[in-house]
Order: sequence, then structure tokens, then C-alpha cells
Amino acid sequence: MQTFGYGRAANVHQALAEGMAADTAFLAGGTELLNWLRLGITAPARVIDISRLKELEGIERLPNGGLRIGALMRLSDVAQNADVARGYLVLAQAILKSASAQLRNLATIGGNPLQKTRCAYFRAADVLPCNKRQPGSGCTALHGLNDRHAIFGWSEGCVATQPSDPAVALSALDAVYVTEHRDGGRRIEAEDLHRLPGKTPHLETTLREGELIVGIEIPEAAPHSAYLKIRERESYEYATVSAAVALDLEGDRIARARIALGSVAARPWRLREAERALAGAAVHDSTVIREALAVSFAEARALTHNAYKIPLAKAAAARAIRLAAEARP
Amino acid sequence: MFALQVNGRRCEVRIDARTTLLDLLREHLGLTGAKKGCNFGECGACTVHLNGRRVNACMVLAASAEGAKVTTIEGLAKEGRLHPVQQAFIDCDAFQCGFCTPGQVMSATALIGEGHGGSEAEIREWMSGNLCRCASYPQIVAAVEAAARGSGD
Repeated sequence: MQTFGYGRAANVHQALAEGMAADTAFLAGGTELLNWLRLGITAPARVIDISRLKELEGIERLPNGGLRIGALMRLSDVAQNADVARGYLVLAQAILKSASAQLRNLATIGGNPLQKTRCAYFRAADVLPCNKRQPGSGCTALHGLNDRHAIFGWSEGCVATQPSDPAVALSALDAVYVTEHRDGGRRIEAEDLHRLPGKTPHLETTLREGELIVGIEIPEAAPHSAYLKIRERESYEYATVSAAVALDLEGDRIARARIALGSVAARPWRLREAERALAGAAVHDSTVIREALAVSFAEARALTHNAYKIPLAKAAAARAIRLAAEARP
Repeated sequence: MFALQVNGRRCEVRIDARTTLLDLLREHLGLTGAKKGCNFGECGACTVHLNGRRVNACMVLAASAEGAKVTTIEGLAKEGRLHPVQQAFIDCDAFQCGFCTPGQVMSATALIGEGHGGSEAEIREWMSGNLCRCASYPQIVAAVEAAARGSGD
């Protein structure tokens, strides 16, 4: 691990000022940063510890019925929060299916969506061609072992997926990442936080240098929601595919469906066309649901080894719709 | 230089910024109970309690733990008596090589405090962050179940 200076920010204002210096990394939960440092994925000159900033803690109800979650809230505390557990089942489930109890006690809700891909070529201890690690060096996964890789939105330059479970739930909930920056903060729609690879796979998010996620706002409660995580082990494993669904129901009819898939693209993948097709559908009409999902899957493209993920993701979405309909908070 | 409390004792340390809590415990304080298995937060062998919550010590930058209260496996036994979870691991034969055991025990004591020891399935889920290469899982679950029952969980 390359050496670095360690400093602790006394407040957000100071963190933002420190964050503008070149080669600076913020330390929150640390569960990703420490591994990046070990692997040489990043080699900052300075690490600014923001983990004690009380301003970034807490979960509060918003006047419009939503919630604002402080970015430094530990995953375990978010999942246990009564308002989250009652009103946002999809988020609580996504968190509890993430990592392990120990890691959830460290990892923060603001940091978790910023974790990097689990592509084994990207994380290799001996650096392999990877356009994220070394722009222009090529993508080993494109013609290598790519059974876990993307089926949507990939490019010849990168076929990696985003592994965060909470990010998928937040996308389905139309959450907003609230940021601060020395030059002013902004609100980033959940779907716009991550970039698709295109020709610049090393640019993974839309955050600017020195920009800090300070909170996450989620709109009105989604009692009929569910998170389905398909994986090779029962627990403590990244998703092969996952599906987050939030439904507004009118009796047995779907008034509005929101569906996001995980581990299928470089960002949580909303199925907008399927969502439109499902408006007004009977929630138990499996034919209509299957046909609606098929529309969104028309643009899915398999790699050498991951064609199985297309039917798997489609089936996961259909099942998550059923689970969301049955959810009784 | 900074201070933290380890197993009830105040420790003043001077360390390189790169030092993890795990390396601080093992290399600077001589507490080798927490094990370095993977050093990537994947195996749970380094599990300790940080301010009362179980965490992977390899994922904590030691400097960020300034002022914290840390409990390691060395701090569990009281007045020469094993902690009930330690005793349950012996009674249930819940280890072979023993390398993962300190982490398993620290995780299990936290799990019981969290109220996740209600059933075998629940224990398996909430112990999933601790791997055992000898695959003593059935005995580990039995030990945690026995200890949880004894604690009234």
C-alpha cells in the first residue's frame, strides 16, 4: 500500500475544502477504500476521514412524506430504522442481503453505491488489461470469463456491472442523492449517479472531483415493494442478478410499477418500457407481465458466457413483481 | 500519537497512517487472537467489537478508531471464566484447526446481543460473514444456538 497522509475533517465545510486538493480520498465506512488502497486501484496522497461528521447522520421524515437518510448512516442502522423497515421494504431487504453483518456495521448508505465493480479482471492483484484500471489498455473480460458480466448498456471497452444492492433499491424508489461541493451542491437522480462505460469506462459516476454525497432523499413510502437477489450462495455473496420492484396498487391493478435490475449493467437498470406497459395491468396476469418485461429486454445483449442472465433477470423481475404485490408491511 | 481503549485498557499508540485496526492489535499491541485471514473483509477471521458492534478489523483504518472502545477475543473471559459462547464452542466441538474461531466467537457474541439467535436459519444467515475452511458449520450453529438459548435470547 502506498503511503498517504491522514486527516480528519471537523465539519462538512472543511471536508469540502480539503476534498478540492489533488489526490484526496474521503474515508467513510472504509470497506471499499481500504481494498482499493491495497490493490492499488487508487493511490491518494491524502485520506480525509469524514466518518465522524454528525451533520451527515440521522434519518428524518420529509414534509412531503418521504425520508432523508444521512449519508454516513451505517447500512445496519438504515435497515433497522422503523420508517425504512415499514415504508421501504425494498431498501431494507436490499441492505440486509448485502455483505455481512460486520461489513454492514461499517459501510455507509452514501458510500455503498460508490463501490466499484467486482469484475475479477478489474480487481486482479497482478494488473491485467482493464480500461478502468488503465484507460486504453483494453478489456480482458470482453473475450475472457464473462459469465457474471453485463447484459445491458455495455461497450467494447467495458462489460462490468455495478454490484451495489442498495443502489438498485434506491433507483426503483426514485431516490435522489443530495451532494455538497465547495462550488455548490446539487441533487442527482438515482438513475444518473452511475455512468455507462461507452469509451470512458474509468469515469464511473457523475460526481465531480471533491463532491460529497451528504444525504439520500426517497419520496413517499412504497409499502408494496420487494428486493429479490439471485446468487450462487444463500448468503454473503454478490448478486448474479437482482430485481427491485415498487408497485402502486389499486385493488388488483397496477397503477404504477417501478422496476430496477441489479448486476446487469454498469448502473442500476430501470425497465422504463415495461413499467409503462404494466400501468393498468392486473397484478396476477402473468402473461401481461411477461409480455411487458419482454419489451424492455429487447435491448439485452449477451456476452460469450452470460446468455443465461437474460432469462434469469427476466424471471427475477417477474417474481419480484409478485413479491411486491404480496408485501404486507 | 493517539489513544484508544482495548479490552478495558487505555493504549497510546504511534503508527503509520496505513495501519489497520487488525495490524495495530496484532503487531503493535501483541493481541494475536484476531486473525488475518483474507485481509479483504471477506472471511471474518478478524472480527472484533468496535464501540460494541462487530466489525472486520482489517477494514478499519486504525487512526479512524482514535478514542474507540475495542473488544477482542482476549477480552471476553472474565476472572478466569470463559465467556458462555467460548464454553459453548468447546462443548459443541465447534472447531477443528481453530484459525477462524476467535472471529466466529466475536461474531456470535454480537449476534446474540443483536437478537439474531432465534433459529438455526437465522443464525446461519447472521453468521454468514464468518467462513470456516474446516467446514465446522453444523457445530458452530449448534454452539451459537446453545449459547443464545442460555442467554435467554
